[in-house]
Amino acid sequence: MNQDIHIPALARVEGEGALTIRLKDGAVDEILLNIYEPPRFFEGFLHGRYFQDVPDFTARICGICPVAYQMSSVQALEAAMQVTITPEIRLLRRLFYCAEYIESHALHVYLLQAPDLVGHESAITLAADAPDLVKRGLRLKKIGNELLRTIGGRSIHPVNTCVGGFYHWPDAGAIHDLVPELEWARQASIETVRWAAGLNYPDFEQDYEFVSLNRIEEYAIYDGDILSSSGKRITPAEFEKHYLETQVERSNALHSHTLGNGTYFVGPLARFNLNYKKLRTMARESAREIGFKPPVHNPYKGLLARAIELVHTTDLAIELAGSYQPQGASHVEFDVIPGEGCGVSEAPRGVLYHRYIVDEQGLIRFARITPPTAQNFAQMEADLWAIAPTAIKLPQEEASLAFEHLLRSYDPCISCSVHFLELRIEKR
Amino acid sequence: MNKPTVAVYKFSSCDGCQLTLLNLEDELLDLVGTVEFAYFLEARRRMLPGPYDIALVEGSVTTPREAEHIQEIRRQSKIIVGLGTCATAGGIQALRNFTSVADLALAVYEHPEYLSTLAKSTPFSEHVKVDYELPGCPPNKYQLLEVIRTLVQNRKPILPTHSVCLDCKRRGIACVIVAYGIPCLGPATRTGCGVLCPAMQRGCYGCFGPAQGMDVNSVVRSLLFVERHPGEVKGLFSHISNYAPAFRQGAAMLAAPSNPLPGGQK
Repeated sequence: MNQDIHIPALARVEGEGALTIRLKDGAVDEILLNIYEPPRFFEGFLHGRYFQDVPDFTARICGICPVAYQMSSVQALEAAMQVTITPEIRLLRRLFYCAEYIESHALHVYLLQAPDLVGHESAITLAADAPDLVKRGLRLKKIGNELLRTIGGRSIHPVNTCVGGFYHWPDAGAIHDLVPELEWARQASIETVRWAAGLNYPDFEQDYEFVSLNRIEEYAIYDGDILSSSGKRITPAEFEKHYLETQVERSNALHSHTLGNGTYFVGPLARFNLNYKKLRTMARESAREIGFKPPVHNPYKGLLARAIELVHTTDLAIELAGSYQPQGASHVEFDVIPGEGCGVSEAPRGVLYHRYIVDEQGLIRFARITPPTAQNFAQMEADLWAIAPTAIKLPQEEASLAFEHLLRSYDPCISCSVHFLELRIEKR
Repeated sequence: MNKPTVAVYKFSSCDGCQLTLLNLEDELLDLVGTVEFAYFLEARRRMLPGPYDIALVEGSVTTPREAEHIQEIRRQSKIIVGLGTCATAGGIQALRNFTSVADLALAVYEHPEYLSTLAKSTPFSEHVKVDYELPGCPPNKYQLLEVIRTLVQNRKPILPTHSVCLDCKRRGIACVIVAYGIPCLGPATRTGCGVLCPAMQRGCYGCFGPAQGMDVNSVVRSLLFVERHPGEVKGLFSHISNYAPAFRQGAAMLAAPSNPLPGGQK
C-alpha cells in the first residue's frame, strides 16, 4: 500500500468505530482506532434508581449480550445486600448464560468473522456459495435464541431476571422440549469446529497476558475468581485494584490496563487457555481432534475457541435443560439493606465487572461497569502496530482487510465499551 | 427488475434492533432474495451508494454528528422507518433529558473536552419527517418483517395500537395489579411484546411506549393504590419509554413523592 488507510465505519462489528493508518516515508506513522459510538450515560440514570431496575437497565447497554449484563448486575447487587440465592436459581442462571453463548458465538463465528476467512464480504454472499454452511450457523443461533426466549421471555432484553433470582420459573415442559434441538446444536457445533479447523488463519502470534474467570470445579462463565496467565489470582472485590482504566482522546471508550501498565486480553481465547482442563469432555475431545490446545497466541484463532465453547455450552445446556426441575421459590426473599458489592461474569466477549453501592431505601448511589471490549482496546491497538509492518506491504485493499480482520477477530462490542464510560460519573 | 434497496443505520443505541433483523433466522435468506441490503454495516462490508428505497434506522439522536447524519439519510431515502423505542421516543438514554446537563458534564469526565454530545436524546421525528415508526425495546421481529414486506409491495403497514392490558384479558392472564398488587404499565402501554412481563408475574415497564387513546390520569391513580416502595410508579413511566409525551406526562404528575396528587391515595 502507498496511501493512508481510512476506514470511516468498521463493518461486521457491534457498534461504531473507525480506523486510520497514517504512513510517513513508507513506514507507519500513526494508528488511530477512533470509537465514535456515542456515550449514553447509563450511570447517570442508574443513580437514584431502585435496585430492582438495574438488570432491566444494564441489559440495554448491549443488545447482543444482555444476559451477561443482567448476570453481573444481579450478582453485584446480591453481594451488596447479602442475598444468597438457591442452587436451583444458580443452575437456571447458568443455563440462561449458555443460551447467550450459543446465540452470540454463532453470530460471531458465522456472520461476523467467517467471511474474512473465506474471502466474502458478508454471510449474505457466502450463503450463495455455501448455503448449508450459513444455514447451519443461523439454525445454531436460532436455538440459542429459542432457549433465551423460553427462559427470559424474549432473546433481546429478556424480562425474567431479578435481584434474588427469576420473576417466574420457566415452564419445565418447554425447557425439556428444547433438548432435541440442543442435541442437534451440539452436533452442529462439533461440525463447526471441524470446518473452522480447515480455515486459513493469518500467521501471527503475540506474547499476551490472558485474563479470565476461573473456578475449581467448572469452566467459569457465571462467576469465579479472576485469574491471569501471569499466575496472579484475585477475588472479584480486588478487580479495580489490579485492572485500571484511563480515558483516551479520540475514543468514547475508556481503555483498561494492568497495574504494571501492561495490556491484557480477555475473551474466548483467554478462557480456553486458562480453563482448558475444565471444559466438558466432549469439548475437549473436539479440540483434541483438531490439534487445538493451549497455549494459543494467535488472536485470529479466537474463532476456534468460540467454536469449542459452542460444543461446551450446548453440551452443558443439554444436561442443565434435561434435568431442569423448578423447586422452591423462583426468587429468594430478602430485606433491603445498604451495602456495596461487585459482581463479575464471563460475557461472551470476556470479563464483565460491575460494582454498586445501594442505600437503605434500596436506591443506587454508585455504579461502575467494566465491559470486556474496553479491556481489550489497548491490546487491539498493540496488535494493530504489530501487524502493521507486514500489512502495509500488501496492496491497498488487502492491507485494509488485514487490519479490519484483526479487529473483527476480537469480536469487539463497541456499543458496550462506550457505555462503560458513562459509569465514571461520580456524583458527590 | 431491480430489488428494492434497504439501508440499515445505527445511531445511539445498543444494537438490539439491528440484531432483531439478524434474528429472523428462518426468513433472512429469503429476505435477501427480495430486497437488496445496500448498506448494513453490522452484517456486511460492502456499501452501495444511495439513494435507497427504505432506510431502517435504529437509535436516537444524541450527538451533533448524528443530528446531521439523519438529515443526510432523509435526503437519501424514499421511506424512513424508525426502528425501536430509541428511534421513536429517544430510548432509555433520554433519561438524560430530565437531568441538568451541566451536572453530568461537571461530574463525569476526566477530560470532557474529548467528547461531543447533545443535551438531549431525541427521536428522529424531532429532526426529520419519519414515514413509519416501529416501537419496542426491542421491536417485534415479525412486525418488522411485516413492515418490510408491505413497503416492498407498496402497501401501508398497519400495526396494532391497543394496550398490553387488552392482550392479557384475551389470553386469560391474571391481572398482576388486581391479583398480586403489582404496579403494571400494561393499561398504558402499546401491544407488541406478547405480554411478556405480566405472564411472568411482574409489571409491564412500557417497552413499546404509550398505547393510543389511553388515559394517563386514571392509570397513574390506579397504580398508586398498589405502589410498593416510594417512586415505584414514577419509575415505570420514567423507564424505557420515558420521553414519549404521554409517559412524560405521567411521570410529571408524580414529580414530588412528598406532594401527593389531589385525590391520590398515597
